[in-house]
Amino acid sequence: MITLMLTDPFMQRALLAALLVGVTAPVVGTYLVQRKLSLLGDGIGHVALTGVALGWLVGVGAGLTPNDALAVPGAVVAAVVGSVLIEVVRRRGRTSGDLALAIMFYGGIAGGVLLIGIAGGSAGNLMQYLFGSISTVSDADLWLTVVLSAVVLTVGVGLRHALFSVSHDEEFAVASGLPVWALNVVVAVVSALTVTVAMRVVGLLLVSALMIVPVAVAQQVTHAFGRTMLTASVVGVVVCVSGLTITYWHNVSPGATIVVLAIAVYAVVSLVAPLLTRGRPAGDPHPDLPDDVDLPAAATERAAAAAKECR
Amino acid sequence: MRMSTDHPAVTVVEARALHFRAGASHILRGVDLTVRRGEVVALLGANGSGKSTLVKSLVGINAPTQGEARLLGAPVGSGVDWSRVGYVPQRSGAGGGIPSTAQEVVASGLLHGRRLRLPRGWRERVAAALDQVGLGDRGGDPVHLLSGGQQQRILIARALVREPDLLILDEPVAGVDVASQEAFAATMRRLVDDGLTVLVVLHELGELEPLVTRAVVLGHGKVVHDGAPPRPREDHDRAGHRHQHPHADDNTLGEQARALDLEVRP
Repeated sequence: MITLMLTDPFMQRALLAALLVGVTAPVVGTYLVQRKLSLLGDGIGHVALTGVALGWLVGVGAGLTPNDALAVPGAVVAAVVGSVLIEVVRRRGRTSGDLALAIMFYGGIAGGVLLIGIAGGSAGNLMQYLFGSISTVSDADLWLTVVLSAVVLTVGVGLRHALFSVSHDEEFAVASGLPVWALNVVVAVVSALTVTVAMRVVGLLLVSALMIVPVAVAQQVTHAFGRTMLTASVVGVVVCVSGLTITYWHNVSPGATIVVLAIAVYAVVSLVAPLLTRGRPAGDPHPDLPDDVDLPAAATERAAAAAKECR
Repeated sequence: MRMSTDHPAVTVVEARALHFRAGASHILRGVDLTVRRGEVVALLGANGSGKSTLVKSLVGINAPTQGEARLLGAPVGSGVDWSRVGYVPQRSGAGGGIPSTAQEVVASGLLHGRRLRLPRGWRERVAAALDQVGLGDRGGDPVHLLSGGQQQRILIARALVREPDLLILDEPVAGVDVASQEAFAATMRRLVDDGLTVLVVLHELGELEPLVTRAVVLGHGKVVHDGAPPRPREDHDRAGHRHQHPHADDNTLGEQARALDLEVRP
């Protein structure tokens, strides 16, 4: 049965796309959660919809067949422009990141629906982008996915220490002379590329889930930045590949299955993790240091007794 | 450098007629400050007098509205040799949505200027920096689970890890117990003996007093005193105040110095 699935060329392409998205989305998601911009992926996804419609419009205007040949490049361009724009707004500080995101949400959806109408299509044409269409991944789509994933991984993993520094404490990064603005733009652009990579697999509306939920799972079991990123990627690959496998045998939406699976993993891990870590404590958490005040003898004895209890 | 012509020592920090406005508030109102190589300068002043704003302007976090700041001879910006500058911010809510270990946070101190990747042997350097602040065994601990004083020491280690020639600290020992303050003072003593220059924002001189060569006191956004370190007030009689010599400077400092006394320990 597995052999049947693995020899199906449609499924081969879909599995490879799912694998790549499963690895890359959580890498970028880790930085977004770190800078408390978990919803940035959603904002970019909405703007990418306008890009899809714009690509469609240009494609129709140029007489290309199929009409949506430029939809994915359009999404890439719009997502990159939108994400850089939000970084500019954040830097100017006139609008908070939160408000800027909200405005992106509305503008992206409205622009997409408006433009697709002008292009002679209907909102229905946008459905495959909103909810994903992994079974229709073509060779060209796959190549674009491979190239964009490679870029995202090279930057996201290669620059991880610098991106961590900027995301963890931006003021300190400035005071270290790091090119903070450039690094922020890098995170924004890489997020945009990830959104467009994941668009075919889970759809623009669920892209963000794939960036954020694996990170939420990883956070339950680790307390280090690097390990959170690694764990999240493993979770991402597992849910993407197994979710897609389920849809090979059962006629359900791949994107929705993958996201529901990820959330199920989150639920199970958050129930199980406390049981695993409850065990015995790793030793006395209180350092054994002299007090800043002179204690009466009785208090010193009580302190010694308390220290013994903790051992 | 302008200052180096009339002083034999090299100027490492220089602020000239520095103004900083935040909206309608005029926070720094023409601050002049010079720190020469080998000096340990304490920056004192009441809460809200502009100490942190000044320090942030010196390291490039705040862009001054007017005036100029220079570090190591270069205008604050990409021309500064950041590998030689260490900055310890006031303890803040810094830290993102993902827990990180002490090792990860301290390692970020090894990145500066155009160095965007960790150098070879970074683990050893991070371990050495953590040792210097007495947290050598806490490298793997998530920072958010450490106590406030320990978190403060992590920030000091993050600045020390790049082995700077100039250290700029913003209240490095606020909320740190006396034993750790003594350890910190001992570390600083060793580094200063090796040629480190220090500009440190303090509320009171405390354990660092023997090291401080000069004090600059800010009041309402201006330098109101630049010279000998003021002596602690007579009403200091808590643990940690070993140096209680009445001094004529007390009178000139007046209320500002009194305000310095109030906040050090949680």
